[in-house]
Amino acid sequence: MLKKIEAIIREDRFNDVKEALRGLGIVGMNMFEIRGHGRQGGIELAGRSGTFQVDMLTKVQINIVLSEHNVDEVVQTIVNAARTGETGDGLIFIHPIEEVVRIRTGERGREAVMYPGDIDEKKGQK
Amino acid sequence: MAQINAGDTAWLMVCCSLVLMMTPALAFFYGGMVRKKNILSTLTLSYVFMALIGVQWVLYGYSLAFGPDIGGIIGGLEYLGLAGVGAAPDPNYSANVPALLFAAFQMMFAVITPALITGGFVERIRFKSFLLFSIIWSTIVYDPLCHWVWGVGGWLRQMGVLDFAGGTVVHIAAGFSALAFAMAVGPRKGFGRTPMEPHNIPYTVLGTGLLWVGWFGFNGGSALAADGVAVHALVATNTSGAAAALVWMLLSWLDGRPSTLGLATGMVVGLAAVTPASGYVTPMAAMFIGAVAAPISYYAIRFRARRGLDESLDVWACHGMASTWGMLATGLFASTTVNPAGANGLFHGNPGLFATQLWAVVVTMAYAFVVTYVLVKVLDWSIGMRVSEMEEEVGLDVSAHGERAYS
Repeated sequence: MLKKIEAIIREDRFNDVKEALRGLGIVGMNMFEIRGHGRQGGIELAGRSGTFQVDMLTKVQINIVLSEHNVDEVVQTIVNAARTGETGDGLIFIHPIEEVVRIRTGERGREAVMYPGDIDEKKGQK
Repeated sequence: MAQINAGDTAWLMVCCSLVLMMTPALAFFYGGMVRKKNILSTLTLSYVFMALIGVQWVLYGYSLAFGPDIGGIIGGLEYLGLAGVGAAPDPNYSANVPALLFAAFQMMFAVITPALITGGFVERIRFKSFLLFSIIWSTIVYDPLCHWVWGVGGWLRQMGVLDFAGGTVVHIAAGFSALAFAMAVGPRKGFGRTPMEPHNIPYTVLGTGLLWVGWFGFNGGSALAADGVAVHALVATNTSGAAAALVWMLLSWLDGRPSTLGLATGMVVGLAAVTPASGYVTPMAAMFIGAVAAPISYYAIRFRARRGLDESLDVWACHGMASTWGMLATGLFASTTVNPAGANGLFHGNPGLFATQLWAVVVTMAYAFVVTYVLVKVLDWSIGMRVSEMEEEVGLDVSAHGERAYS
């Protein structure tokens, strides 16, 4: 069973998260620059005269597709690398994946998202 | 026959170039503060005046402003097409430089003034209506006002009003016209509900730097000679800009953080404030003028925002109010030791000058505001001033000019 992890994190934590995931053997991922807000509703910035409210903050979203048995470990790694303890650290969503197709080879399912040296190979799980 | 002075002529030609540069500088100063879908539109609103007034001034603008006086109100038509304005000096204005150079130098003021107004109505006005407004405004507001204050025989000049480089003619006129325009057309769609963040503050900062340099030509050139008065004007300009910037930085720091946009705004405010006073006051008076201008404009922005008024880039607060203070300060600090051709102000034993300055301010405010408001309303009823909601949503770069700034 494949899952997709969709993590919304701080821009400035992206590099640390990426390195931590690479260390774990997560090879494939997508990154998006997004804007949004959660519970906090935005921040105050310095303006021309006094301050003004910005409600859409720039965040980074990382998408990773992986085997179900690796989800907890990867989520914990993201949490450890992305957490500052301040408001605005972000959210992680976990979705089921119906199917994956690798365009070049036509491979489907887990084979389509397997890479040499990835997390499963590191653990000796084929 | 007056004698051309090479030094004066060279200095004024350089100043002519410096003041021309201020319009592109202003375009980027404004452009950085709008949303990225409207930057080309905003740049065009300023740049187009180099073309529009570049033609208008030669055809008839100069003649209305500086032609032989008719009743203190307007210049005659003798200089249409700059006829008779050539290499020979016009002793009425400067006995040492060609009359044509004086006309060219004044043209740059006529170019930047309506460009200043555009900060009041960015991101929502039909380009065609704007062009029509601009040509009419230059003809019925700028040219007469310029004649009243600077033209020989102009009624305010006759009263003894001191406006060295355009506190009334440029800054108060532009500031109060921008206010009238914004009130007449209403706010941008979503104003007050969606944040309208400046999309490129570096552009604004770059524009500010170029404006400051250009201002040496604006004020220093207004001496119309390379002499002690010109040097006084240049130093007063620099000192006021510096003082206002420091005070503004401090004010924004007390309100949170020392904002870059705030620092740049403070600079422009100090420069606008000292413009009418620059050739009449000492460096220390200029420092005081700049330092006081900062809180005036800083809190004028707050006041404007609290009223829910979308005078978008604060032309009224930063130019209109700053130069109002500068005109009044001229009535306090002006000294004939700085400029023998000027007058003494209140602090040098002449309270009359302060009253005269106050009168000039009131007249300029009222004339610019009322005429602009009526003109915009008439154009709005007849041809429509605003773009459609859809065009505004898409942004004027694509909807009005068919271009994108950033591909």
